[in-house]
Amino acid sequence: MRRFAALIEQLDTTNKTNQKVAALANYFKEAPEEDALWAVALLSHRRPSRPITTALMRQWAAEVAQLPEWLFEESYHIVGDLAETIALLVQQDVVGSPPSLSQCIEEIIALKPQKEEEKKAYILNRWQSLDNFERFVFNKILTGGFRIGVSQKLMTRALSKAVDVDENILAHRLMGQWSPATTTFEELILDPKPEDQISQPYPFFLAYVLEDGFQEKEAVLDWHIEHKWDGMRAQLIVREGKLFLWSRGEELITDKFPELDCLAEILPNGSVVDGELLPYKDNIIGDFNALQKRMGRKTVSSKLQKDIPIVIMLYDLLEWEEKDVRILPLAKRQELLTALYKKTKGEGVPLLLSEVLHFSSWKEVAKERDRAQQMRSEGLMLKHKDSPYAVGRKKGTWWKWKSDPKTIDAVLTYAMRGHGRRTNLYTDYTFALWQGEELVTFAKAYSGLTDAEIKQVDQFVKKNTTYRFGPVRQVKPELVFEIAFEGIAASSRHKSGVAVRFPRILRWRHDKKIADANRLEDLKQLLP
Amino acid sequence: MPLLEFTAKGIYCKQADVYLDPWRGVDKAIISHGHSDHARWGSKHYITHEVNVPIIQHRLGRVSVTGKKYGETFHHNGVQFSFHPAGHVPGSAQIRVEYKGEVWVFTGDYKTQIDGISAPFEPVRCHTFITECTFGLPVFQWDEPKIIHDSINQWWAKNHAEKTSSLLMGYSLGKIQRLLKHLDPSIGKIYTHGATEHMTQVLRQFIYFPETELITRDTTKKEVEGNLVLAPPAVLGSAWVKKLGRLSTGYASGWMAFRGARRRRAVDRAFVLSDHADWQGLLSAIKATGCENVITTHGYTDLFAQYLREQGWNARTEKTQYEAETPETAAAE
Repeated sequence: MRRFAALIEQLDTTNKTNQKVAALANYFKEAPEEDALWAVALLSHRRPSRPITTALMRQWAAEVAQLPEWLFEESYHIVGDLAETIALLVQQDVVGSPPSLSQCIEEIIALKPQKEEEKKAYILNRWQSLDNFERFVFNKILTGGFRIGVSQKLMTRALSKAVDVDENILAHRLMGQWSPATTTFEELILDPKPEDQISQPYPFFLAYVLEDGFQEKEAVLDWHIEHKWDGMRAQLIVREGKLFLWSRGEELITDKFPELDCLAEILPNGSVVDGELLPYKDNIIGDFNALQKRMGRKTVSSKLQKDIPIVIMLYDLLEWEEKDVRILPLAKRQELLTALYKKTKGEGVPLLLSEVLHFSSWKEVAKERDRAQQMRSEGLMLKHKDSPYAVGRKKGTWWKWKSDPKTIDAVLTYAMRGHGRRTNLYTDYTFALWQGEELVTFAKAYSGLTDAEIKQVDQFVKKNTTYRFGPVRQVKPELVFEIAFEGIAASSRHKSGVAVRFPRILRWRHDKKIADANRLEDLKQLLP
Repeated sequence: MPLLEFTAKGIYCKQADVYLDPWRGVDKAIISHGHSDHARWGSKHYITHEVNVPIIQHRLGRVSVTGKKYGETFHHNGVQFSFHPAGHVPGSAQIRVEYKGEVWVFTGDYKTQIDGISAPFEPVRCHTFITECTFGLPVFQWDEPKIIHDSINQWWAKNHAEKTSSLLMGYSLGKIQRLLKHLDPSIGKIYTHGATEHMTQVLRQFIYFPETELITRDTTKKEVEGNLVLAPPAVLGSAWVKKLGRLSTGYASGWMAFRGARRRRAVDRAFVLSDHADWQGLLSAIKATGCENVITTHGYTDLFAQYLREQGWNARTEKTQYEAETPETAAAE
């Protein structure tokens, strides 16, 4: 624990990638293997399931600190991070010594089935055996969300340095669902056995947002162009007669889509495809909300399967005849994928092939992009015909050229303090549109302003608060912002009657008064 | 009629017709300490602790200032005033005001830790205690200063061994001198930025400090290498810093207790060292005064006053124009 906390503290104190990698690599080399494995797990967002609710943690912390609950809550709002608030409030003389990281996590795992008073005794005891920063890290492990400015890629790079295994191979080995409770550093990282890996997905290859001036530099014929389908990216694996479906967040979602089970027999063994899960009924692509509805359900009823049937729209082929073919040029992989698709095509087979579009000029491509909404896509994907299927986000060969977002001018009505780096600044905003004489909330947005603008808005919020409830401040309606969003759908769960996707601040409209902001009707006109 | 009122110009004693730390120009201003939000420009005459006389003249130019010693009483229209150590920065004082047996104390800024350069805080018994509460939240609990000073010297020594210079930043008045006082000159040489050097020179007539050398145009990277540089936080990111060569940066402030503030500041090392009282410090100071009434002026005023009310004090908040530092303004001195 001490070593791990020191690592996190070190990572916190530098913005330089090289120093972060060096600190991580050093840790992986020096820490006992079982600790290093847990560190890899935590830094790739695999944590033990939460043994206690945060409500209990808050209550106990207030008790130890001998504070009224309201003051604990206010402190939390100001600090902006629960793990840190508790660490700061329960400062006491350290008694006993900290366990190792793996020991500590084993204790946390063992805690889950215990009675509340046993849990409490354990937690209070641990708080006391740790110093300030260790206690913060301990609380972070308990409450989850280990976000500390280290991407999985960075962690993988450091691990690659420490164990001298190629970064891409490591990225592959670290994919999917594994837990240090059931594997070892040796088995997972150093020397995995092939038979343990039949469900193992490949790292997804991700595209960058298209850069300005791209079209001037590139010949349209070098590029494979298709629609960017608006569903859920997924990887489908058929090995040894079994089927596995992985989401981009590396979750195994096979159970959520039983209509795809038939593919275990339709696709040959040793096939891995990359594609998009889409609602598809009567030869029409459904909208994203329908898919979300399915993802939200614990069990998938046959009615739901019938109402919202799912297909997988094929993009790419990663493994063919039990061989990793990611290194082949895209054109070659596409040839194999098309052949596979044609062979398996048939009534009721839940497969579609993402059509490769042919254009002779970028102007034509732009025209096709304008048809995105009509096609029910988010825009276009541009992939270089020679590109291999790489790991993670790499600039240069895969680009996304999304449709322009829709925009609307809205009034800032509420603000909330941010978290993490933005603690103490009002950075989370709620926006409203006019309905008659009333401002109706329609979206929240967190990003899009520069640091300087955030400071200005923060000052405005602090000076123009009309009402406070907990961390939220109601502010005088005065500032107008242009809000961009990707999609829009009717929603009975929102007061405005509309749900927008990916709302974000495009710019601060200093030139507009609140009377110039849009009306809710204007937004509703954009409904498809 | 209350002995002290909060007016548009500052904290006012009507009976004596004087202001305490006024934020607008007045005829007579009694000043708690030399920081710019308490000793403001524009008044005709200032009365303050004697150490503050050269500080105020350094900051405000040739203004009329009278210096007093701690405990020395002086009168205006039957009201008795005296200064008592506040422990905040050198010269800082609580202002005690007494009239017909009623005693009010205005703290200015204070801390209960002993910093080695300021006269230590002395509780003064009173009926009404007007207190700052910059860090009036229970999450603020300072470590022993010695622990912090030791870690600063260790950081410097490590940098020195790696031929890296150490840039240590903090407020020019108070914090920098406190840091300087506890640096270990056997590790290397101590350089200063102009703003910090001038204030330190002003204070050298009262306090002994290790030697410092001002960084000038002629100072070379080679000379600075491995040594320590004291500077205000505003230098971060400036051309001045680039001249210093390979650096490790350190920042000393109470706000560094917050991880978010540490990461935002993006310094290599954050040292949690404050010249304000922490939560326990504030509470113990209030208890020691034996007061019934508490008025909170700047910081987490509402929360702190609410907590005090629950503990049985008659506590309220008054608006002032003392800048309650925040993690954002902490660096913008």
